[in-house]
Amino acid sequence: MKSAYTWGGILVIVFASVIGDVLLARAMKQVGDVHEFWRRAGLWVVVSRVLGNPNFFLGVTAMAVAFFGLLFALSWGDVSLVAPAAASLTFIGNAFAAQIFLHEKVDRRRWIAAVLVAGGVALLAA
Amino acid sequence: MTLRKYLVLAGVTVFAAAGDSMLSHGMKQTGSISVHHLEGIILAVLNPWVAVGIVLLLAFFASYMNALSWADLTFVLPATSLGYVLLALAATFVLHERVSPLRWLGIALISGGVGFVAGGPALTAHSEDERPRSKSPLLAKNARQGAPKATGVPKEQDVPAASGGLPR
Repeated sequence: MKSAYTWGGILVIVFASVIGDVLLARAMKQVGDVHEFWRRAGLWVVVSRVLGNPNFFLGVTAMAVAFFGLLFALSWGDVSLVAPAAASLTFIGNAFAAQIFLHEKVDRRRWIAAVLVAGGVALLAA
Repeated sequence: MTLRKYLVLAGVTVFAAAGDSMLSHGMKQTGSISVHHLEGIILAVLNPWVAVGIVLLLAFFASYMNALSWADLTFVLPATSLGYVLLALAATFVLHERVSPLRWLGIALISGGVGFVAGGPALTAHSEDERPRSKSPLLAKNARQGAPKATGVPKEQDVPAASGGLPR
């Protein structure tokens, strides 16, 4: 029963994280390279531009859902199971989502990595 | 990839692993949270380990946002996967959780998969108008080899990132 709770928590974390990651990545691409931007305009301009981005707020909200999911799941299962399993499944979900929503080029190299990670997750659960 | 960018990726890795470990330690002290007693969450946040964990995860978040501003999501996540190894080490030596050989193998597979990805270019996404529509074999080949593309992406971002940089 406890492991059903743990995996339920992991699924919630994965869905919320993928949505959050995609929104945050989109927000930061809209802001641009913060190193360059910081050098030219200063830290506070960078911070206000990030905080003023609507995608950033939606992304943070999704991440907050994922974070409380993590708090629950960590109280039910080991950190060496919950954290890698959630993060790795998030990685695979992100490979799909980044290709569709962020137009990233997820090539063979990145897909092989996704399969290796999936295998690793299966072993973590064994 | 500059030294500064490597440091940002290292920050993402270390802060995430350390933050998660502290949260886990704190949550074991506060006990299970039930859906029917949500006030347990507030008690959990008052636990010093959970509080420090949250501060570390905020530091992780800042580095993560920094990295996402100059690299693909599908690059940043894998490139920072060394955190799984750090987590396993922390679980074994600090939290005294038992990590079975199968789990170690799983962690090794994950890290291997991620190291695979880190050898590619950091940035492949283009804005709608400048993105090439055709998926010609030549373009795909160039992308795999990390050769500069014709779409005006700065060369620096196409240099294979960490074939030797991330320890495997």
